[in-house]
Amino acid sequence: MKHVINATVENQPAVLSRIVGLFSGRGYNIETLNVGPCADPRFSRMTITVPGDEHVLEQVTKQLNKLVDVVKVVDLTKEKHIARELLLVETGAPKLKRAEVMGIASLFGAEVVGVRENSLTLQYVGREDQVDDFLRLLRPYTILNLSRSGTLAVSRGEQ
Amino acid sequence: MEGLETLGVDTVFAYPGGAILDVFDELAKSRKLHLILPRHEQGGSHMADGYARATGKPGVCIVTSGPGATNIVTGLATANMDGVPMVAITGQVSTKAVGNDAFQEADTCGITRPITKHNYFVRDVNDLPRIMVEAFHIATTGKPGPVLIDLPKDVQIGKTAVPFPSKFDRPGYKPSFEGHPRMIARLAQLINTANKPLIYAGGGVRSANASDLLAELAHKAGIPVATTLMGLGVFPESDPLSLHMIGMHGLVAANKALDACDVLLAIGSRFDDRVTGKVSEFAPRARIVHVDVDPSSIGKSVRCDLPVVGDVRAVLSALVPLVNKADRSAWLAECDAWKKEDPFSYDPSPSGAIMPQSVLETVDRLTKGDVVVSTDVGQNQMWSCQYFTHDKPRNFLSSGGLGTMGFGLPAAIGAQLGRPGELVVCVTGDGGFQMNAQELVVAVEHKLPVKVVILNNTYLGNVRQWQDLMYKGVHSMTHLAQAGRMPQERIEPDPSLPAYLPDFVKLAEAHGARSRRISNQAEVEPALREAFADPHVWVLEFIVEPEADITPMIPPGHTLKDLIRKFK
Repeated sequence: MKHVINATVENQPAVLSRIVGLFSGRGYNIETLNVGPCADPRFSRMTITVPGDEHVLEQVTKQLNKLVDVVKVVDLTKEKHIARELLLVETGAPKLKRAEVMGIASLFGAEVVGVRENSLTLQYVGREDQVDDFLRLLRPYTILNLSRSGTLAVSRGEQ
Repeated sequence: MEGLETLGVDTVFAYPGGAILDVFDELAKSRKLHLILPRHEQGGSHMADGYARATGKPGVCIVTSGPGATNIVTGLATANMDGVPMVAITGQVSTKAVGNDAFQEADTCGITRPITKHNYFVRDVNDLPRIMVEAFHIATTGKPGPVLIDLPKDVQIGKTAVPFPSKFDRPGYKPSFEGHPRMIARLAQLINTANKPLIYAGGGVRSANASDLLAELAHKAGIPVATTLMGLGVFPESDPLSLHMIGMHGLVAANKALDACDVLLAIGSRFDDRVTGKVSEFAPRARIVHVDVDPSSIGKSVRCDLPVVGDVRAVLSALVPLVNKADRSAWLAECDAWKKEDPFSYDPSPSGAIMPQSVLETVDRLTKGDVVVSTDVGQNQMWSCQYFTHDKPRNFLSSGGLGTMGFGLPAAIGAQLGRPGELVVCVTGDGGFQMNAQELVVAVEHKLPVKVVILNNTYLGNVRQWQDLMYKGVHSMTHLAQAGRMPQERIEPDPSLPAYLPDFVKLAEAHGARSRRISNQAEVEPALREAFADPHVWVLEFIVEPEADITPMIPPGHTLKDLIRKFK
């Protein structure tokens, strides 16, 4: 099962490398990882998605907590939370097909952020499975380029 | 450097080099610090480790950048696995040169990140006072461990007026100290209702200095105590409740008790694979309780029915009053019978050679337990576990987790520095001794009268034993003497060379130590008596039975059912 972890870390040099090193050194997988500043500038927030069973996740959480720079670790999968991913995708959209692609985009509420003669660049924010669905629908039009942000998450009602 | 003195450091193991010279220039001005120059940085790091294990105070080593730093990697990893408090200061090229592949540059923080409890790259000299205070705090609290401070040359030259802070705020470092009262109450209840409880105590008891409370608990509730290798000495083995060591080469009685117990009380131990064997059949009849300061060691390899996170001393002092006095004589009699049935034992050598175990038995008898023993790794280590009566904590220094050969001699030197006037014996093999033999000079120079006992069996004996057991007796690269090697490993035998190199007696004498080679059983005791009574450094080379095995043995990943009592 896939777990979404939020880790609050001190803004110290090499903290990212400590965390990534812990995962590789202990044989845990990272599917996605995001880092950004917290409201309090002394801290950063990392959202990490980790595949694994309860036992693996318990160890991941404990090992992360053991790091001096890690202040708090929450396995969001165990509580109510909101998780979103940002997608930027350039899809083939020749004149004859452009309306179809636009139709799919508007169905998902995606925005057009770039237009070229035979392609459209779309921006979409949604749950990971929605991003997957969106991409599946675009695939027939040839995906020329894409970047996915990986999951960002907050717990609901978190301070 | 004033900082080191302020922080209570009295002994520093330091090897100079280009990128740390400014620190050494300051060291030269110190009138308080005892400065020890090892002959290899690795030796210095193990000395700091041995000093810390024997005294409980953090060991400090200082080395230069690049190779100086990479040479202490083994020492840091050794201390990290065994929870030994250490602070290492490494020189680094100037902040401006970092990343340019400068001379003697290595990414020390990057290299040591996974093998230290924490490390620091100091960018600004104004941060240094705080970092020093934090480093010593982190090294010595929670589960202790090594902390490294990487100090670029320009920061070393810098001056700061910032004072040493008396406290600091690291929101991510708050090790739990008091155990949860409700968990402790449940634990007491579990003990009070148990029929066959067993304590399995580890190095955490030593780190928390909680031996007295462990003894109180065991005696009050009538619970037998087995220890791990790291826990040897935290419960006196001369106590009738002691079941000696548990695990692969532990006492059969301890492993039988583990199999039979209904409550297993793990205290400051971490269910290492050398203890558990086959995890799925570990302590099959028991509810498992785990008391440890490190939450990540709970439930890591073995299921845990009741976790208590906290300092072992704090938890035990809360627990003891809640535990009922109990008469468990039937269970204790059962354990006693197992002890009598299967004591550690060995057969005489077929060729009449000295048996290595008998050398250690003699050391134990002569010293009556009043001895600090350091070991290397392998057979010498396991026999030291088995044949010494471990009655006091901090008297047995051995690389348990990492299994570092070459640890014994420098650790003995560090221990002797920390505990002057006490007898310190290094038990090593012909393999391990050669890994850090150069440090003999340090013992001689500083008049640290360690006694080195080399059990020379001409083999890397433990590996040879595994090759016999699991690799059809193919002794690939384990024979240290030319004559015994397999043909493809043998260089054209040169008749002008001795069959075995080096000559340990000459090697010891070249380093300024006294030495003797002992080949007959009758000489064992007189030689040890002479060395122990003499104020010099001694290296005693015992030519022992080459193919003696460690018994008993539960092969890796197996259970008590697969116990091997004898190999041949």
